[in-house]
Amino acid sequence: MIQAILVFNNHGKPRLVRFYQRFPEEIQQQIVRETFHLVLKRDDNICNFLEGGSLIGGADYKLIYRHYATLYFVFCVDSSESELGILDLIQVFVETLDKCFENVCELDLIFHMDKVHYILQEVVMGGMVLETNMNEIVAQIEAQNRLEKSEGGLSAAPARAVSAVKNMNLPEIPRNINIGDINIKVPNLSQFV
Amino acid sequence: MSDIVEKTLTALPGLFLQNQPAGGPAAPKASFSSRLGGLVRGITALTSKHEEEKLIQQELNNLKATVSAPTTTLKMMKECMVRLIYCEMLGYDASFGYIHAIKLAQQGNLLEKRVGYLAVSLFLHENHELLLLLVNTVVKDLQSTNLVEVCMALTIVSQIFPREMIPAVLPLIEDKLQHSKEIIRRKAVLALYKFYLIAPNQVQHIHIKFRKALCDRDVGVMAASLHIYLRMIKENSSAYKDLTGSFVTILKQVVGGKLPVDFNYHSVPAPWLQIQLLRILGLLGKDDQRTSELMYDVLDESLRRAELNHNVTYAILFECVHTVYSIYPKSELLEKAAKCIGKFVLSPKINLKYLGLKALTYVIQQDPTLALQHQMTIIECLDHPDPIIKRETLELLYRITNAQNVTVIVQKMLEYLHQSKEEYIIVNLFESILVLNTVDTYAPDNAWFIQTMNAVFSVGGDVMHPDIPNNFLRLLAEGFDDETEDQHLRLYAVQSYLTLLDMENAFYPQRFLQVMSWVLGEYSYLLEKEKPEDVITRLYKLLMNDSISSETKAWLFAAVIKLTPQAHSSNLVERLIQEFTISLDTCMRQHAFELKYLHENIELMKSLFPVDKSCEEMVVDASLSFLDGFVAEGLSQGAAPYKPHHQRQEEKLSQEKGDFFHETSSLKLEGIKKLWGKEGYLPKKESKIGDEVEAPPIPQENLTIENMDQVITKRDQSQVLTQSKEEKEKQLLASSLFVGLGSEGTINLLGKADTVSHKFRRKSKGKEAQREETTSAHSVTCSSLSSLSKVTCENNYLNTFSQLLDSESLTELPLVEKLSDCSLSAPSLFADNDMEIFHPPPSTAASVAKGISLYMHSNLMEVCNNEAVSISSYKIWKDDCLLMVWSVASKSGSELKSANLEIFPAENFKITEQLGCCLPVVEAESTRNFQYSVHLEKPFTEGNLSGFINYQLMDTHSVQLEFSINLSLLDFIRPLKISTEDFGKLWLSFANDVKQNIKTSESQAALPSALKTLQQKLRLHVIDIIGNEGLLACQMLPSVPCLLHCRVHTNVIALWFRSSCSSLPDYLSYQCQKVMEGS
Repeated sequence: MIQAILVFNNHGKPRLVRFYQRFPEEIQQQIVRETFHLVLKRDDNICNFLEGGSLIGGADYKLIYRHYATLYFVFCVDSSESELGILDLIQVFVETLDKCFENVCELDLIFHMDKVHYILQEVVMGGMVLETNMNEIVAQIEAQNRLEKSEGGLSAAPARAVSAVKNMNLPEIPRNINIGDINIKVPNLSQFV
Repeated sequence: MSDIVEKTLTALPGLFLQNQPAGGPAAPKASFSSRLGGLVRGITALTSKHEEEKLIQQELNNLKATVSAPTTTLKMMKECMVRLIYCEMLGYDASFGYIHAIKLAQQGNLLEKRVGYLAVSLFLHENHELLLLLVNTVVKDLQSTNLVEVCMALTIVSQIFPREMIPAVLPLIEDKLQHSKEIIRRKAVLALYKFYLIAPNQVQHIHIKFRKALCDRDVGVMAASLHIYLRMIKENSSAYKDLTGSFVTILKQVVGGKLPVDFNYHSVPAPWLQIQLLRILGLLGKDDQRTSELMYDVLDESLRRAELNHNVTYAILFECVHTVYSIYPKSELLEKAAKCIGKFVLSPKINLKYLGLKALTYVIQQDPTLALQHQMTIIECLDHPDPIIKRETLELLYRITNAQNVTVIVQKMLEYLHQSKEEYIIVNLFESILVLNTVDTYAPDNAWFIQTMNAVFSVGGDVMHPDIPNNFLRLLAEGFDDETEDQHLRLYAVQSYLTLLDMENAFYPQRFLQVMSWVLGEYSYLLEKEKPEDVITRLYKLLMNDSISSETKAWLFAAVIKLTPQAHSSNLVERLIQEFTISLDTCMRQHAFELKYLHENIELMKSLFPVDKSCEEMVVDASLSFLDGFVAEGLSQGAAPYKPHHQRQEEKLSQEKGDFFHETSSLKLEGIKKLWGKEGYLPKKESKIGDEVEAPPIPQENLTIENMDQVITKRDQSQVLTQSKEEKEKQLLASSLFVGLGSEGTINLLGKADTVSHKFRRKSKGKEAQREETTSAHSVTCSSLSSLSKVTCENNYLNTFSQLLDSESLTELPLVEKLSDCSLSAPSLFADNDMEIFHPPPSTAASVAKGISLYMHSNLMEVCNNEAVSISSYKIWKDDCLLMVWSVASKSGSELKSANLEIFPAENFKITEQLGCCLPVVEAESTRNFQYSVHLEKPFTEGNLSGFINYQLMDTHSVQLEFSINLSLLDFIRPLKISTEDFGKLWLSFANDVKQNIKTSESQAALPSALKTLQQKLRLHVIDIIGNEGLLACQMLPSVPCLLHCRVHTNVIALWFRSSCSSLPDYLSYQCQKVMEGS
């Protein structure tokens, strides 16, 4: 079973936090921090598995992570999951995000936090792997999006306008956007192994 | 650059809404949706944590105002929720929004509902009270015709759902298993799995539906059901052996590429499905030759098919190898699997190397030569830059430790300990080191043992598990077989600790100091050169040290107390007493006073603290009979008689009902073991033995170092040779690590590995009770006042209950079935042969007959048979335990020799053999009974006992026959006979309750008949019937009570269970439902 799925960036800022086993709020934060510190000090060229920290259940649990450009994806799983299997599941999840957001980047995860959660719900449900077939996941998400459009009606118009603007490829750039130090990079989706 | 622009545009449609000039109600909404963007930007621009806190607090205040404003529309609420989720993710408390999340899920349209559900699942936990408000919404959505709504409801159910509300949605979800859409079926299966995890009793009846899901035409649904099977098979593999064929067929089809191409991942067919199936097969085939034979083919196929082109094929291969080594071995497969492990270990990819080491660790017990093959790789891994790889390598080395290589391996482990900063690794390593150190197994000598332990304690000290020092002390105290050897060990320990304490500016962890003080207190008498005073001086120095915790000081003080009677001059002791009788620490002050009074009577003290008696039990007059005269005197002078605590409590309870635990704050001593009376300590006087120990030879202090020196000199010599230095060193290290792993060492190693762990465990368990007693009697330290009062409270509680039990006898049980029934209903096999069914050996005949006539018992049921014997069993529900009787009947014409029946130890039970179970001869066509009493150790949901019988027929070799039998918790439920008043009292004191309504067909006579059913089928005791209410009680062995209150309304019976145990009411309510609906 998967105990928790954490996504944070290179500075340890959480981008997605989903626990399937309940911990008190402060422990959750501590787990995120501890996991970040564990993962951060590891080079990219050493193995992607870690024994769980003392907080999340000790030696029975493993942290399995992947590092994509600015983001770390960490799955905390118990001994009933296959390490390499989970490693590929992370890949599936990220590739799905990439499909749904078209070249996903950290910003997507911030501004569409809810959508990321919905996508995750189609991959992992209650700690169990629900679906690993990317096309199937994308199909589910698209079904939900259609619903959004039909329900959205009038209020969805602005969104459509945005996409129209985008498609026209206007040279104008909104000037008032200051996004601080967020790193925008195309994620590195090449396989690790 | 254009990329960035593109991304920013897609990422921020919300920002555009801000500039949308749309009039009317859209305007406020637009500003809301942009807030998240604004918030995020604001936070990223900040530099300090403090500023972030300020900003978020401000944000939360705004949100709080918005969500509670009546004008806020659901649409705005939706935006607010997303922001709340964001704030919570960053770790800020947004609890004010929880109720609004639930409201949104209840009232919103699809999109708003989706956000509401998401927020609820992120904010709340299973036991959150607000969650109850969601139940109705979930029920409504489950019945919706809109697929998306059903999906959302199923998702939320599988994320969080209150356990007690499961019955409300269970039938709806069961229906969904027949839904036409596979995605719904799949989610329903997972939701049911979740129920199985949190309340296994409530989904017992749908196991058959799980089987249907396994046969579902959609692969996804089938895959989902594998989660359930993996879990259930892990818990009890014997119940699912019949499914092996199906799993093998499925795997064959998957491996053979029969699935649609959709399921391929990097052109590997359904890899995750294969992994799951392989795991299941591994569990099913464990130690079971027949089942394993079914899967050899498909495993071979899997190994062959897995072409190494992608990461995920390695995942399958790894599982394959694991399975091959878990199931009943087949040499051909093992060979192939070993080759695969080689691929992993030698792989340059670090992940695969890690898994290779893991596989080696697993396999090494069956095939130690594999480690020899890869020894150079293992040596390289020891110096790997990745600590995880290093750690795994040490784990591997730990498994191959033997007497010859133990020094080197422990040295490696200690080196790692020094480097590692991670606590959990340290804790694990300690365990390994300690096991390895058990002197009589591997450790070369005393000095090495003590030195290593010193190193372990000083490095790990305070992070280690408290059991470790305790076990170490026990080891020292109990000693091994050889008494003089033990004394050497102890003396060495004492000397090494004194040396350590004499070092200037050395700092030791508290735990280490505690260990030292115990050992010094206990074994300083072994010293010849140093006087007890010298030891006390050192202890005194430590006691005056401010950096030492008060717990450790208590240990130190206990050591001083123990040494005082041996000391000749008492100056130092008196100074100590002076210092600490005015100490601010109450605990220390108490010890000081104890010492002061004891010190006045050295003779008493000597008998109290005899030398080297830490392992002997002290008998204490707990009844305080010596006070009888004093009490009589007091009574005659008109003092009120003493009431036990529970009696006082009861009286108080009857005065202020409901306030049960009110009175426990003051100190009560009733129920606590009395160590001290008015006249002082009250031990049974033990005769002093003054056997002096011969002077032990002076141990070699630096043996470990010398050992290492040898290794180093060897290395030096090797440098002379032409090969490169490094290479040589590694080979040397290898030769010292893998020594004794050759062919002749193999068997030895396996045997040893087993005994170590066993021995260690036995030691730690068996003497627990005695150990506790001795520490409490001897060190007289650790019981602080607060813990005393707590224990008292618990004890009193137990007393109350046991008194209730005592007040009425429990032996009479309703006899539902008589012995005659049993023999009548026995299988026809016995009838044909005209055998006596109960034919125990003469000595036991009486007891069995008595057992049967007194207690209820089940029908005789055949558990297994073959051409020669037939084994049947039945259960006798005795008052204090479950008595299992296996009767072994030999069939015509065969005489059994040395029939021997054994039951495997089971997790939740304590099984004790009633009679000698090895019989020399069972004559042809006769029956022998084997009895085992089964005690419940902890509650369970599904348990089974399995065992085997082996016997010899006249001329053939011995035959072994396995069997198993299911036990249900019901077998451990006994009636509890208490009065209505006691029921009332107990009722208030129990915290766990469960309510359930059951429909009945009859209306008027429902209650008496229902109660009768419960009495007969579930062995509940009917206490009282008051109008339309009934009171029942039962207990789960050994003595966990459960109370039941029934009330009848028209045609519904409301059951209300309460118990001190959390899982019992659940289980009983399920059983009641089954029984009543069945009747």
